Amino acid sequence: MTKVTLTVNGRAMSGECEDRTLLVHFIREKLGLTGTHVGCDTTQCGACVIHMDGLSVKSCSILAVQASGSTITTIEGLAGQGELHPVQAAFKEHHGLQCGFCTPGMVMTAVDLINREGGTLTEETVRAGLEGNICRCTGYHNIVKAILAADAEMATGRQAAE
Amino acid sequence: MGVEGIGARVTRKEDKRFLTGKGRYTDDMTVPGMKYAYFVRSPYAHAKIKNIDATAAKAMPGVIDLLDGKQLQADGIGNLICGWMIHSKDGTPMKMGAWHPLAVDTVRYVGDAIAIVVADSYGEARDAAEAVVVDYEQLPAVTGAVAALASGAPQIHPEAPGNLIFDWQIGEPDAVDQAIAAAAHVTEIEILNNRLSPNPMEPRATLGIYDTAEDHYTCYTTSQNPHVARLVMSAFYNVAPENKLRVIAPDVGGGFGSKIYIYPEEIICLWASKKTGVPVKWTSDRTEAFLTDAHGRDHVSKVKMAFDANNRITALKVDTIANLGAYMSLFSSAVPTYLYATLLSGQYAIPAIHANVRTVYTNTVPVDAYRGAGRPEATYLLERTMETAARELGVSPAELRRTNFIRSFPYQTPVIMNYDAGDYEASLNAAMQAADWAGFAARRAQSEARGKKRGIGMSCYIEACGIAPSAAVGSLGAGVGLWESAEVRVNAVGTIEVLTGSHSHGQGHETTFAQLVAGRLGVPIESINIVHGDTDKVQMGMGTYGSRSGAVGMSAIVKALDKVEAKAKKIAAHLMEASEEDIVIENGELKVAGTDKSVPWFQVALASYTAHNLPSGMEPGLKETAFYDPSNFTFPAGCYIAEVEIDPDTGETDIVQFVAADDFGNIINPMIVEGQVHGGIAQGIGQALLENVQYDENGQLLTASYMDYAMPRADDLPSFSLSHQNTPCPGNPLGIKGCGEAGAIGSPPALINAITDAIGHNKLTMPATPMKVWQALQTAH
Amino acid sequence: MYATSYHRASSVEDAVKLKSANEEGKYLSGGMTLISTMKQRLAAPSDLIDLRHIPAIRGIRIEGRKVTIGAATPHADVAASRELAAICPAICKLAGHIGDPHVRHMGTIGGSIANNDPAADYPAGLLGLGATIVTDRRSLSADDFFTGLFETALEEGEMVTSVTFDAPEKAGYAKFNNPASRFAMTGVFVAKTAGGVRVAVTGAGSSGVFRHPGFEQALASNWSPDALSNVVVDASNLMSDLHANAEYRANLVKVMAKRAVASAG
Repeated sequence: MTKVTLTVNGRAMSGECEDRTLLVHFIREKLGLTGTHVGCDTTQCGACVIHMDGLSVKSCSILAVQASGSTITTIEGLAGQGELHPVQAAFKEHHGLQCGFCTPGMVMTAVDLINREGGTLTEETVRAGLEGNICRCTGYHNIVKAILAADAEMATGRQAAE
Repeated sequence: MGVEGIGARVTRKEDKRFLTGKGRYTDDMTVPGMKYAYFVRSPYAHAKIKNIDATAAKAMPGVIDLLDGKQLQADGIGNLICGWMIHSKDGTPMKMGAWHPLAVDTVRYVGDAIAIVVADSYGEARDAAEAVVVDYEQLPAVTGAVAALASGAPQIHPEAPGNLIFDWQIGEPDAVDQAIAAAAHVTEIEILNNRLSPNPMEPRATLGIYDTAEDHYTCYTTSQNPHVARLVMSAFYNVAPENKLRVIAPDVGGGFGSKIYIYPEEIICLWASKKTGVPVKWTSDRTEAFLTDAHGRDHVSKVKMAFDANNRITALKVDTIANLGAYMSLFSSAVPTYLYATLLSGQYAIPAIHANVRTVYTNTVPVDAYRGAGRPEATYLLERTMETAARELGVSPAELRRTNFIRSFPYQTPVIMNYDAGDYEASLNAAMQAADWAGFAARRAQSEARGKKRGIGMSCYIEACGIAPSAAVGSLGAGVGLWESAEVRVNAVGTIEVLTGSHSHGQGHETTFAQLVAGRLGVPIESINIVHGDTDKVQMGMGTYGSRSGAVGMSAIVKALDKVEAKAKKIAAHLMEASEEDIVIENGELKVAGTDKSVPWFQVALASYTAHNLPSGMEPGLKETAFYDPSNFTFPAGCYIAEVEIDPDTGETDIVQFVAADDFGNIINPMIVEGQVHGGIAQGIGQALLENVQYDENGQLLTASYMDYAMPRADDLPSFSLSHQNTPCPGNPLGIKGCGEAGAIGSPPALINAITDAIGHNKLTMPATPMKVWQALQTAH
Repeated sequence: MYATSYHRASSVEDAVKLKSANEEGKYLSGGMTLISTMKQRLAAPSDLIDLRHIPAIRGIRIEGRKVTIGAATPHADVAASRELAAICPAICKLAGHIGDPHVRHMGTIGGSIANNDPAADYPAGLLGLGATIVTDRRSLSADDFFTGLFETALEEGEMVTSVTFDAPEKAGYAKFNNPASRFAMTGVFVAKTAGGVRVAVTGAGSSGVFRHPGFEQALASNWSPDALSNVVVDASNLMSDLHANAEYRANLVKVMAKRAVASAG
């Protein structure tokens, strides 16, 4: 057993695990944050996407011990208690989710995409940016709409702040 | 239409928990003392089990126990069954081979479960499973349905000689043969419907908890129909009597049919929990999902369609072989028969139809209902045939369809179905207009100028939702009734719980069902909760599949609401000293029509529970239950148009537009209906262009992960153009038809018709991968 | 995944020492292939030596037209480097289309080439550029480094520390994705370098990444897509699988080569 220390959603957390424990299982089982999901075994579906040190990563393909010392944001920590991040709000407004299983990974991906390419996104670049996330319910139509809407909303917010 | 009632675009009540990571799926459940299961599975497609040596495995770290099929059998746990009896045309019943939840002496597909390991951690359970030494005697295997029927093919079940499960027919063979002989033109085509893996993003999971003190079992499971699971596990598998078994399907991450069935793992984890004395959780990984979740489709058909000199269809003859895999799954027999051949009339007046269907065992995963279930197979067959016929006859695809549309209702087809309402031309016109069909020639010329090949294709689909009525399906072989139940429970302060036997796993019932109640009573949608998915809370239900939750499930709520309203009106009339007939319910109040007298809804609710002042003889309380058994199927229909541009250098298909025009009858929440259509179309495009389950000659699954099974991703798909036409369904109180499967039914033929239009010939099977399209273009040159 | 022991190396020397102390161990960089393979129990290293926390092997350095990319540099950093894009946009484009955004945040150039997956992008890029692979003990030309399917010239315990190349006069990369895995079903990197024209093909060869002399000769005399039209691509050494047979791959090799030339300008 190895001790893993992380800053998760703004709080220092630690736990013991086997070296072979995946970060996603550490987050789900040791930290009890079950919003991050596992949908495949081959690093493709993106249900497990979280942010590590500010960048989107697939927590199913990183060992918890590898992540030790890093800062993690999961879907549970994206917005304040009871609030929705603009991307979460846009997914609700535009019906960008159905069964909800891929949703946390989709939202974390969308936030990362807007962080990196915000203000320049188009339908084509959003679809390209979702290459690492699979949704079986929505046909992506409303996910794309939601991300573009959130991007516009957040761009307006940035302008207002300037 | 109110802002929250029927027809309103209400955002979903359930979204906040999913968006904030607070959804509760089966794998999220933990209980004290819980241990983890891993299944030992067959690496061979067909083999005798000579011996299982678990000595080393049981000694591994963390292992609690390892249990096998002999122990399961000794404890009296029953075999898995198919719940729909089909008789062959010679009158003999279908030949169902035994399906032991844990294989006892023979394994019949790669992934067949042999033993369960229960250990402290998932990793330890898996480590131990690998240490189990199974002595197999490999047997020859067969995976294709046609090959399985050939003489000398490996025999899979002793009960089914020649691997033939049944040889069934529907319609009039003689009338069809006569019409074909007399036809002005006969179109002949062979149709392959590719095998698919449903792939809900949440893998299956189950948590079995046995309570020694109460001799009671709780099963958390990823099910579309927890009550059916309880019924089947009690009545057929001897897991426990119904009163000792609670089944909970919490948040479920998609189903698409694959979570209808009761799989071995649920049964075994419950049993293992009793055997080991610990709660046992099993979660499938994606490869296990490919290996063990029921697959869909896999038909091979020969078709003849006869026309008279006016291009009217005079007969349709279909000969289909359907692959049901290694065992007969729960509804597997109904899919290629009553959910398929009964839809072969499509949107067309066809005087004579005959379909012969043979179902076959193979050494592959069981095949059962997957989104559309039989109807996509029927639609693909018919609409590819219509397209081919139009090309052969030299008429436009739209004209051939218009010539043959059914135009008066009700319409009795030669294959059981009685269509109640529709306007097929309205959808065709709407789709052609939205797609600017007229402008296609110019667009094609532009594509050609850029060195691309452009094609356009349409598909006019019909489907049948809400399988019913119970007496009719019973006479056709169904083992269960296909009604739905509802309970409307008004609390003392006027808030409402609606208990439904439908199950939501993405469909948004918590919102649409609440909209129905909010609209009827004029109370805020926040005051209404939808309760589902727990056999301890909801009395009984048949679950969600076959686009039945609106047409059947909501109709049951309407019936219960009728009763609640009637009682509330009696109470209100009594309180206001008015006549019951004069009471109307509006905006959360019960009013005396034509006066300014009213009582608020909550006050009537309170009065019903205080019972201080009720009409004489009235029972206290305001809670009503109803069961609704529909009088007929519903018949959603529509027209889909796909336009594609193909890169002849690579064979890559770009979907430049996709238009859907659907008639779902009345619509509760257009936003949610559109979402259902989007998802269905994506799965249909997946079938047409990307997805294909493939086995090698030894029965090894070649497409067992997303490395080889091509799931549609965002950049594979376009945005879709949708419209709705409306001929309300006369058969249910809401006039709704169902929308969950249409997209998956209507889209594959539209795509393949478009691609074959672009490449200039018909020799193309699904999925139309870049390589296959490129190869098709080479043969065209 | 089978049990394993994790070690975090703080320097190249530390990493090499840890590796030599654990013979059945493996270097772990971004882990985007290795962890995935271990999850499926297709690899079982006794130990993992994590290279992500060695500052010396991370980052892009440009001196004139000489480019050095540290082995632990993630794909996303290569894709986003404006300095690199100014002199060799093709390698940035290649890196920007590896896997998906999340994979690009973790996966590294060193990990990719040390694994030498026959469908990986970087081997084509480095072979096409005529790059030099620098290890803890020597320098190897890309021609010598990539030796076969998942095979390289790396010796036991040898570790890639960086790759270097001179920015080419022109270069382009075009790939056709496998529809399921999104790995390259065929990818072709073309470059006009000081040492001549180089064309490297990934995703297609049954022995991994390879150079195509026929294309190189044709482009040397006429740098244009049309120059490739009459060059024969021999299908006999190409892979066949579920998604593409050798004949189709041969077609893709030519089509992607033409597109790569076109994109190079």
